[in-house]
This record gives sequence, structure tokens and C-alpha cells, in this order.
Amino acid sequence: MADIWTGLLQAAKLIVSLDSELLAIVFLSLRVSGVAVTTAALIGIPLGAFLGMRLPASVRWLEKLINTLMGLPPVVAGLVIYLLLSNKGPIGHMELLFTPMAMITAQTVLAIPIITGLSLVAVRDKHKEIRDTAVTLGASQQMVIWTVIREAKRAIVAAVVAGFGRVIAEVGAVMMVGGNIQGSTRVMTTAIVLETRKGNFEFALGLGIILLTIAFIINSLLYRVQGEVRNN
Amino acid sequence: MLLLLTLCYTEFKGRCVTINPFVYQLEDISKSYAGKQVLSVDKLVIEKGKFYGIIGPSGAGKSTLLRILNLLEPPSRGNLFFNGIPVTKMGKHILDLRRKMTMVFQKPILFDTSVYNNVQYGLKARGYTKKDITKLVHIALDEVGLTEFANRNARSLSGGEAQRIALARAMVLKPEVILLDEPTSNLDPANVAMMEKITKRLHEKQGTTVIMVTHNIFQAQRMAEEILLFFKGKLIERGSTDKIFNNPQDERTAAFIKGEMIY
Repeated sequence: MADIWTGLLQAAKLIVSLDSELLAIVFLSLRVSGVAVTTAALIGIPLGAFLGMRLPASVRWLEKLINTLMGLPPVVAGLVIYLLLSNKGPIGHMELLFTPMAMITAQTVLAIPIITGLSLVAVRDKHKEIRDTAVTLGASQQMVIWTVIREAKRAIVAAVVAGFGRVIAEVGAVMMVGGNIQGSTRVMTTAIVLETRKGNFEFALGLGIILLTIAFIINSLLYRVQGEVRNN
Repeated sequence: MLLLLTLCYTEFKGRCVTINPFVYQLEDISKSYAGKQVLSVDKLVIEKGKFYGIIGPSGAGKSTLLRILNLLEPPSRGNLFFNGIPVTKMGKHILDLRRKMTMVFQKPILFDTSVYNNVQYGLKARGYTKKDITKLVHIALDEVGLTEFANRNARSLSGGEAQRIALARAMVLKPEVILLDEPTSNLDPANVAMMEKITKRLHEKQGTTVIMVTHNIFQAQRMAEEILLFFKGKLIERGSTDKIFNNPQDERTAAFIKGEMIY
């Protein structure tokens, strides 16, 4: 217990003193996960919206597949990306393994099913309810689609945040394809693993606190965005 | 029965279209879901400018008929004409026809935005200017007595207020036909009275054809000029409100209006 208190105290000092190594790790984490989630959102939201509005019963297996992929173990995603990017892999010549780009790719793969699956459900629920009303008011097909997406936006924002929560907290995939290289591919989660193994608990705890704080800030932003959406 | 006026009244797609006094004509229309027939109408005409009440027990096909009339779904079989134009042959021009009619549902679905944005929705779809939209929306809100609610979020309204907004959102479009699917069945008496008054005014002032499905036979009697009684997917009797209530020809009609029909 005393270790934890000492660790927390040291962690607080590290955060307050804006330790440069700590900051570099935090910023890289935010950059990798931010780019990955943005990319996944650009793919997942339109795909989820399309499937939510158009998915016929005959291809409902696709939804089951997406739901399965929502629980894809990060190490499996990491392994697949590793095999693709390794020297012998189909795109090994691009030399992306152990770079932030490889980590972004792996996290994008992890976030796409979450954002797609949750957007699909959100849009499908709204579609049933909204379509008839929009059509009876004379909306064109494009206007109906846009109205449904707009009505589902709060759930879509939640889908994006869920995707971000998943990737910023995962360790398996980034460890495998990033390699946890100091100053290059070391992010918060991989650093926590390493520092804990080294017995450097205060640094690990400091990162843990920052990770939790970021999650809290993201959630607070979500509530704010949802509140604004409601009042619009 | 189909007294067609042969004058060239208007043009559609470069062709002379015969105009007639009927807003809808249905010929051998039927609708089935998963192989089960829920509606079958041999012949039905709806005259322009009249107020119709559609009554009948649950499962009579009343709401299905409204959905077909609103072009929300096509019939499984048969021909539907709107203003003499065959709907089945319209293809992409179906949107132009849909914009001549609108529907108010039993449960008002208001968009998650302001009351003003809800009421302006159909006008925006039709490409009205901002200036015209502002004017028309305020007139419509005034009609339903909810002007001061313009900037409130529509989801914060009570059931009665929400249904009045749904009616304002439909009325503002000045449709040729307004279809009402049990619009007052979830409302308190004060809101029912208000909805009836507004609908009647719309019908009388603008000459809008109104087709109202209702479970409340007294409401049908109060509001409609003509009654259509459906039973198990079939139209079993139609006639003036006076005739249906005072001299019904079909024994099922007589039983239904007396509240004796067990179904």
C-alpha cells in the first residue's frame, strides 16, 4: 500500500514537472490513437450508416461478422498487421513495421468494427422511426439519409468515443507492430508495461493517471457534445 | 362511375393529362405481407376536397390503405391513380406526387431539433426561400397556438403539443391531401378538441382533402362528410356520415357503430 502512495506522489511530481519523456509518450499516444480513430470514423460511420439503412435480411451475417470483429483481440490484429508489414509480407517493401504508421494501421483496424457496428445499430433504430416521417414531408432520398444520420448523431459520437477508448487503452497490437522503441514508438500503454517490469512504478503510475484523465476528459467532451446536440 | 372530364386541364411530361374530380382512384388494389393479404379493395374513388373518415376494427387494413395512398409503399397488386395519373408508372417522379400530400401519424415523430426546424422541414425540402419559410412557419405555429415554442427543442414537448406541431408541420405545406392516422388517439380531451378544430379549419379554409383513420366513431361522426368502413381488409360500406350512422346497409356496419361488433 505504501508503494502505491509513494508511487502516486512521484507520479504527481512527474506530471507537474512536465517530464519531457513523459510528454513525448503522451503526445505520441494521442497522435497515434487520434489519427487511427479519425481514419476509422471516416470509414466506419458511412459504412455503418449504409448498412443500417440498406442491410437486407439475407446478409445479416455481415452484421454478426462486424459484431465478432468488435471483440477482436488486439494481439490478433497486431499479428495480422505484423505479417502484412514484415519483410516477407505483401507490403513489407514499404518498411512500415516498428513505425507509428504501423501502430496507426493496427489501431484503425481495431476501431473500424466498433465504430461501424455501433453506427449501424444507431442508424438502423433511427431509420425505422424517421424514414416514414421524412418521406411524408416530401424529403428526397438524400435528405432522408441525411436526416437519419443527423438524428443518430449522438449515438454516432458515442461510437467514435468508444472506438477511441478501445485503441488508446490497448497494448497488444501497438506492442507487436510498434516494438515499444524509446523516442519512436513508445506509447502510454507499452511504457506502463515496460516501466512496471523494470520496477519503475511511479513512472508507470503517472502514465496510468494520465491515461485515466484523458478518458475522463473524452467522456466529459462527449457529454458536452451530446448536450449541445440536444439543444440545437 | 368514373366521370372523366376530357378537357386538357394540365400538362404532365409534355402530354395532355385528363383531369377528373377524384384525387385517388384505386382499382383491384391488394396488399400482402409475407403471403398474408391484409387489404383488398376492388374499386374506390376519393373525391377532391372532401373530408373522409375511415373506421373499422383493428386489423381492418386502415393504416395499410393510408400508407398506400401516401405512396409510402406500393400495393402488391392493382392500379392506383393520383389526380388521374397512374402512380405505378411514375418512377422517379413519385417524389413530385408525394409532395402534394402528407401524413400525420398516431405517434408524432419530431426531429431532435427546435420546433421551428421541425415545421420548416418540408418547406426546405421543397426549396422555399428563407424569407418565405420564416413567414409560413410563424403562421403555422400561430394556427396551432404554439408560437412561443418556436425555439424550444421539439423533444421537450408534451404529447398534445408534439401532435399539434406534427399537424403544423403538415399544414404548412398546404397539401392537396392530408392523411391522418389516428392522430388523436393518445391525446387528452382538450388536445383532441384543439386538433379537431385545427383540422376542420384547414379543410374548410384551404379545401384540403382530408382522410382520417380513427378508432373513435364519434369523432368520425363529428368530423367526416363521408365514412368508409373497413373490415378484415375489405371495404364493406361507404356513404355519407348521416347515412352510415342513421341508415347503415350492412349489418356489420350497424354492429360496429353501435359498439356491438366483437372482434
